[in-house]
Amino acid sequence: MTPNAESVVPDTRQHLEDMYRRMVLIRRVEEECARAYALGKIGGFLHLYIGQEAVAVGAVAAIEPTDYVVTTYRDHGLAIAKGMSARACLAELFGKATGCSKGLGGSMHLFDEERRFMGGHGIVGAHIPLAAGIAFAAKYRGESNVTLCFFGEGAVSIGAFHEGLSLAALWKLPIVFVCENNEYAMGTPLDRSLSIADVSAKALSYGMARDRLFVTDVLDVERTMAAAVARARAGHPSLVEVRTYRFRGHSMSDPGKYRSANEVDKHKANDPLVRARRDLLALGRKEDELKALEASVEDEVQDAVRFAEASPEPDASILETATYAGPFAS
Amino acid sequence: MAIRSLRYREALREAMIEEMERDPAVFILGEEVGHYDGAYKVTEGMLAKFGERRVLDTPIAEAGFAGIAIGAAIVGLRPVVEFMTWNFSAVAFDQILNNAAKLRQMSGGQLKCPIVFRGPNGSAKQVGSQHSHAMEHFYATIPGLKVVAPAFSQDAKGLLKTAIRDDDPVCFMESETLYSVKGDVDDAIDAIPFGVAQVVRTGTRCTLVAYARMTHVCLEAAKILAEQGVEVEVVDLRSLRPLDEDTIIASVQKTHYCVVVHEGFPYGGVGAEVADRVQRLAFDSLDGPVLRVTNFDVPMPYNANLEQLCIPSAARVVATVERLLSR
Repeated sequence: MTPNAESVVPDTRQHLEDMYRRMVLIRRVEEECARAYALGKIGGFLHLYIGQEAVAVGAVAAIEPTDYVVTTYRDHGLAIAKGMSARACLAELFGKATGCSKGLGGSMHLFDEERRFMGGHGIVGAHIPLAAGIAFAAKYRGESNVTLCFFGEGAVSIGAFHEGLSLAALWKLPIVFVCENNEYAMGTPLDRSLSIADVSAKALSYGMARDRLFVTDVLDVERTMAAAVARARAGHPSLVEVRTYRFRGHSMSDPGKYRSANEVDKHKANDPLVRARRDLLALGRKEDELKALEASVEDEVQDAVRFAEASPEPDASILETATYAGPFAS
Repeated sequence: MAIRSLRYREALREAMIEEMERDPAVFILGEEVGHYDGAYKVTEGMLAKFGERRVLDTPIAEAGFAGIAIGAAIVGLRPVVEFMTWNFSAVAFDQILNNAAKLRQMSGGQLKCPIVFRGPNGSAKQVGSQHSHAMEHFYATIPGLKVVAPAFSQDAKGLLKTAIRDDDPVCFMESETLYSVKGDVDDAIDAIPFGVAQVVRTGTRCTLVAYARMTHVCLEAAKILAEQGVEVEVVDLRSLRPLDEDTIIASVQKTHYCVVVHEGFPYGGVGAEVADRVQRLAFDSLDGPVLRVTNFDVPMPYNANLEQLCIPSAARVVATVERLLSR
């Protein structure tokens, strides 16, 4: 369907514009991360989300601020989608005291309890039962919030995935499991890591609802997720497989030699950011308005980089108080 | 206030019931804890009392239900996870090591994880190598966790209450061979703080440091030694992390000798930790090396005689003390 500028209510255009801005913000933060990493300002592992922004932004658009999000080590996109500032994110990556996790977590362990972004997890699949536990607490207390749990297709072979889904289905927990299938588990393509091509089929053995989509449009993601979220609020968990693609390697140390340039270019041609921009123009946004929006994102990102650079290092006094809530136990 | 004689398992059950009555955020989950009334009957009657919302039977999926409990804990619930035995916690080890112990640190102190993992630990009787592990040594090495191992009914109740109220993850080590042992429980005593060891027998010639079932073994050894005119002191640690080094050191400064007794392998472990602290903090008081009495350095054999040979016995503790004092 081609959007028709005349028939679209301004709210829809504004909504898409808000999502476009959030996607551009994520991408620009990630590009700055890559640059800072090359300059040695970010250490350790760095897993970029470039190419998958529409998944995070579309999914978070389908939930309320009181709902929870839990994800893997490829977490910058979802953290920002859930409302974390670029400043808190970049400062964390720079290892600074002003980072969301005070410089103790790093790229893989972004947390923002206030915004209900619960990590940032480094062990593949281990956060899946954890997310189910957050959903369990909502049910236990009779609260209406839901939990979204994201993971890659590389996680669906490990035991924690099966135990988490199995228990969530058994106990009817308010959760949506979102498999961001970016076609490669690190360097291993789908057909060498999974016996079936359709990850969502895993839901069948748990008696769980499922859905599946190929991401080209952020609004599609929002619609699909909204349906799954509605099911979750009614006590029916779902497994949603979102076929997406990361434009960069698995991490900064991965040149991505297992994929052809043609393959990557083909996916870049279907970049959901480009699609959203095109749709906004079709909906009546002017080119200079979008340029102004992009410039404001640029200001925000550059401000965050300066903030991260200028922020202080964490003091060693945090080490013990961050290990135990009570007195240090040794 | 009354002093009652309670079995160790009854003391644990009372602690859970009282804490569940006190705080609606406390619930228990694990294999067979509900309809079966507990594999070792620790949770007997609790399903009938609290219902399925708060006493949850789980499938055999330790990583799954431990993970779910940790997730519930970081958003404000206070789960008590029963492992049918601590041996099975090995398949949930990643959840305890990487999630329970680290979520607070990784989040820069934003989160806390008030959770109790509990169940029988150490050897039982002829259950073979996979069911006889002393798992406390693995968990006690991990910063972010607390580890306790009561020997008596009073401590079982008081320490479990503290564990449930604690804002940090606690590994609570029970013992299948202690579940039916009776002990006095003083109703005037409520929660018992972590990190406080207890001198359960006083003596002057040597300090025996132990916890859980080995405290009973050391008391038996002390009785045998006393008949030979050798009065030894027995320190029951109760809590392994935090470790009450003050009580250990004060005792060693008095006796000048120290023997640490525990189940589990000799390589590393709680005994090695105690030995390190004693030589660092009481070096000038020592008249001999700190010795350890542990399981033999082999997987637990099934054969009853060999099994008893491998586990520390009163006779082995006595022989070790005699050897140390006659150097």
